[in-house]
Amino acid sequence: MTVTVRIPTPLRTATGGESTVEVEAGTVGEVVKALEAAHPGVAERILDDGGKLRRFVNVFVDDEDVRFAGGLETPVREGATVSIIPAVAGG
Amino acid sequence: MSYVQGLKCRECGRETGLAAVHVCEFCFGPLEVRYDYDAMAGNVTHASIAAGPPTIWRYADLLPELPGTDPADRVDLGAGFTPLVPAPRLGAALGLEDLWLKNDTVNPTWSFKDRVVSVALTAARALGFDTAACASTGNLAHSVAAHAAGSGMSAYVFIPSDLETAKVQAAAVYGQHLVAVKGNYDDVNRLCAEVAGEYGWAFVNVNVRPYYAEGSKTIGFEIAEQLGWRLPDHVVAPMASGSMLTKIDKGFTELTRLELVAAAPWKVSGAQATGCSPIARAHKDGSGVVRPVRPDTIAKSLAIGDPADGYYALDAVERTGGAMEDVSDTEIVDAIQLLARTEGLFAETAGGVTVAVLRKLAAQGRIEPSERTVAVISGVGLKTLDAVADRVGPAFTINAGLDDFTAALSLSARAETPGR
Repeated sequence: MTVTVRIPTPLRTATGGESTVEVEAGTVGEVVKALEAAHPGVAERILDDGGKLRRFVNVFVDDEDVRFAGGLETPVREGATVSIIPAVAGG
Repeated sequence: MSYVQGLKCRECGRETGLAAVHVCEFCFGPLEVRYDYDAMAGNVTHASIAAGPPTIWRYADLLPELPGTDPADRVDLGAGFTPLVPAPRLGAALGLEDLWLKNDTVNPTWSFKDRVVSVALTAARALGFDTAACASTGNLAHSVAAHAAGSGMSAYVFIPSDLETAKVQAAAVYGQHLVAVKGNYDDVNRLCAEVAGEYGWAFVNVNVRPYYAEGSKTIGFEIAEQLGWRLPDHVVAPMASGSMLTKIDKGFTELTRLELVAAAPWKVSGAQATGCSPIARAHKDGSGVVRPVRPDTIAKSLAIGDPADGYYALDAVERTGGAMEDVSDTEIVDAIQLLARTEGLFAETAGGVTVAVLRKLAAQGRIEPSERTVAVISGVGLKTLDAVADRVGPAFTINAGLDDFTAALSLSARAETPGR
């Protein structure tokens, strides 16, 4: 599947300034692997030492928080948009 | 003078300079302001603080005011230094002998948010911004719009479209750009995280959040100063993102480090609505994992399903030996009424959450009767009138004649329900 990944500002230093990246992947985990292959250094910033999503990183597949779905196992369909967004405060 | 040195990631410790950036470039962890505490020692004193204005800015040395900022350039509507009042009648109702209320309903836009916004926009202006922005459940919207209006900045304020009518209008009245978004707060916040990346605005809760969050320390500073430079035994605070509670704890830590108070243990306890209790749940189930939830509560000002400072609130509560609890919508409204009837203080739903949790913790024996306890009442009841609309009203409605009144009074006395 071809998936569009929206890259947040802090991560653009790793993507050469690109704000969107297209990758081939079937799950969120594969999206991260594909990002890492294209832009080495991305994965360690999104995943912790145990290979899980870092606790201040939110990933959305077509506006659905993957923590409500299957986490890194969450499937992505052809043409999906994956957004990586840092957690924010507020009120 | 400014003692600010830079920003530092709370997760991985990487440091960066003063800028409008809120997450660590490396691990996305939240950035926090670093201060030169050694340089403060001996210079930041009770006297230096007392010489300041009766606002949050009396603690300017402990706030992230950028080097070279002229006090005249502060974005300041007079937030802070709100009353700390004893609450003997509420205390008697709950079995607490030394209960106090931090009445933050009397801020310029009637909530504690004026503290954080004043600090955030002062930093933003010093960083060169002329446009402010925020995602808000209401209180922050009011504060950002008002502070922008009052300082000649412009503001874009994003709110969920289903907010209480009073909150929408009270945000719109300041003449800034109010954007109602179809979705809940977390949807609005996610949109804003992306908007912040595209537009050069100072989003108080996004890119200038490290400065913003520090403003809540002033609640802790004021409580200590108003108790005669003593720390309370216990503070109960509402939790949305978890930032306020975390920063009250930080404020006490700083005062202790600077020897502005005698070293003594304190506890912080956190209050959430059951319909949005990701932090309290992580504490109560012992997992330590803050799982996002979809909020469903009348306490909309606390309805953040994905709380950014949840882990730090857990750390603060567990380190100090405090507690967390959550309460139902019915308990929240009961508590709003109890607070109003015993102390004459009308709080919004967040205050109802705090008092209801206070009540629960007291009943469970997790607050000892003799503990000097402070409950933070963070916003005014007029913003959430809907919450009490079907509970309270006139004792009776009559024609304007003395006989009508006498008859109604007599009926009412017979029913033995004076008032309602």
